[in-house]
Amino acid sequence: MSLAQRILQGEIRAAARLMRDVDDGIASATRELKELYPHTGKAYIIGVTGPPGAGKSTLTDKLIETYRSQGKTVAVVAVDPTSPFSGGAILGDRIRMNRHATDEGVFIRSLGTRGHLGGLSNSANDIIHIFDAMGWDVILVETVGVGQDEVEIVRTAHTSVVVMVPGLGDEIQAIKAGILEIGDVFTVNKADRPDADRTARELETMIAMVMRPESDWTPPVVKSVAQKVEGVADLVARIDDHHRYLVNSGKMHQHEKFYSAQRFADLLKERLFAEVHQCLSDNGRLSETVDAIARRELDPYTAVETILDDALQCAMRKNRLT
Amino acid sequence: MNERRLRILVAKPGLDGHDRGAKIVARAFRDAGFEVIYTGLRQTPEQIVNTAIQEDVDAVSLSILSGAHNTLFPRVIDLLRQKGAEDMPVFGGGIIPDDDIPGLKQAGVDEIFTPGASTEDIIAWVKQNVHPRA
Repeated sequence: MSLAQRILQGEIRAAARLMRDVDDGIASATRELKELYPHTGKAYIIGVTGPPGAGKSTLTDKLIETYRSQGKTVAVVAVDPTSPFSGGAILGDRIRMNRHATDEGVFIRSLGTRGHLGGLSNSANDIIHIFDAMGWDVILVETVGVGQDEVEIVRTAHTSVVVMVPGLGDEIQAIKAGILEIGDVFTVNKADRPDADRTARELETMIAMVMRPESDWTPPVVKSVAQKVEGVADLVARIDDHHRYLVNSGKMHQHEKFYSAQRFADLLKERLFAEVHQCLSDNGRLSETVDAIARRELDPYTAVETILDDALQCAMRKNRLT
Repeated sequence: MNERRLRILVAKPGLDGHDRGAKIVARAFRDAGFEVIYTGLRQTPEQIVNTAIQEDVDAVSLSILSGAHNTLFPRVIDLLRQKGAEDMPVFGGGIIPDDDIPGLKQAGVDEIFTPGASTEDIIAWVKQNVHPRA
C-alpha cells in the first residue's frame, strides 16, 4: 500500500513520515502528494500570527481546547525558526500544547523554517494538504514570530488571526504596512496588562483607516488573556463570523482560486529554476557565464536573456527523455 | 534539498521540575545542526511516545532527575513497541546511579549519560548511533 493510501485510512505514522519526506525534499513525496490532492479542500484553515512572545502558542492551545469541545478534530502546524548558522532548530511550540498529545482528535506537527522567509516553512502548504486529505476538521497554523513582512500565512489560511500585545510601540507601528493588513481577526492578548484598552482602540482606528476595496468585512479586535482562557470564546466566535462571511459572500471560492494560483506559480518557479539551473551547471555554461559577468565582459541582464532560450530547450529535452 | 535532517525529541518525563540540563542538551543539538522537538516539563510516557510518532523523530532522548528512571525508560520503550515504533533509538541522562545502567540497557535503552558527560560526548554519540530513518 502506498503512503498516501495509508494516510487516507488515517494512519498517523504514515502521515508523519510523508510530512518528513516533504520537509526533507525527498523526490518520492511528490507522487504521494499527487494522490492526496483530490481529497483536500475540506478543512478550515486558521492562521495564528504575530510578534514573538505575543502568546501565539498559548492561544493556539486554547483554540485546540475550544474546537475539541465542539467535537471537531484539530491539526496543528507549528513553525519555529531554524538557526541560520547551524541549520539546527529548537522547536518548542509544543511546550504550551502538549497536554493534547494523548488526545486522538489532535495531531501537532512542529516545523523549522529551514531558511524559508515569510513566516512559514517551504513545506508548510504540503503538510497542510496532508492534514486536509486525512480529514482533520480544523487546521491551526502557527507562524514563527513575525515582524512586518512575514505575511505568507494570508495566502494559505481562510482566516488569519493576528495576535498583538499591549505596549509594543506607539501607533506609528500600526501605520506601517504588513501584518496590520493581513488580519481577518485581531486579538490584543495579555489584555490584563496596562494599556490593553488603548492598544485595542488604536488598532481599531488603524483598521478603519485601511482601504479595503470590494470588501465589507471589518476585522474585529478582541481582547484576550490566553493563559486564563479569557476572551477565547469571543475570539472563536469572531473566527466563526469570518468563516460565515467568506461562505456567504462567495469569497471562499475566491480564496481557493487565489491560493491555487499562488501555489501553482510557486511550484512552477521552483521547478523551472531547478531544471534550468541543473542543465546549465551540467553543460558548464553556468560557471562560464558567472565568470564572464564577474569579469564585466557580460552583463547579468543580457546573460539571462541569451541563456533562457537554450536553457528551456535543454530542460524540455531532458524531461522528454526521463 | 534532498537531505535528511536529524530530528530528535528531548523530553522530560515524570515529576521533576528542573529542565536546565534538557535545555542545555537541546541547545547543543541545535548548534550541531539537529532539529530538536522539546516537550517541556512533566510529560507522561504516553505524551512522549505520541509526540515522537507525530513528529517522526529519529531518536527519543529523556532527561530524568527524579529517580524514577527504572520505571519511565522501560515504559517509554514499551509504548514505542506497542505503537510499532521500536526502531526509534532511546537514550537519555540525568541523576542515574551506575548500578542501574546495565538494567536500563537491558530494557532497551541505547545509552545513558550521567552528570559530567560533555555535550560534545553526547553529540558524538548521536552522530555515530542515530541515523535519519530511511
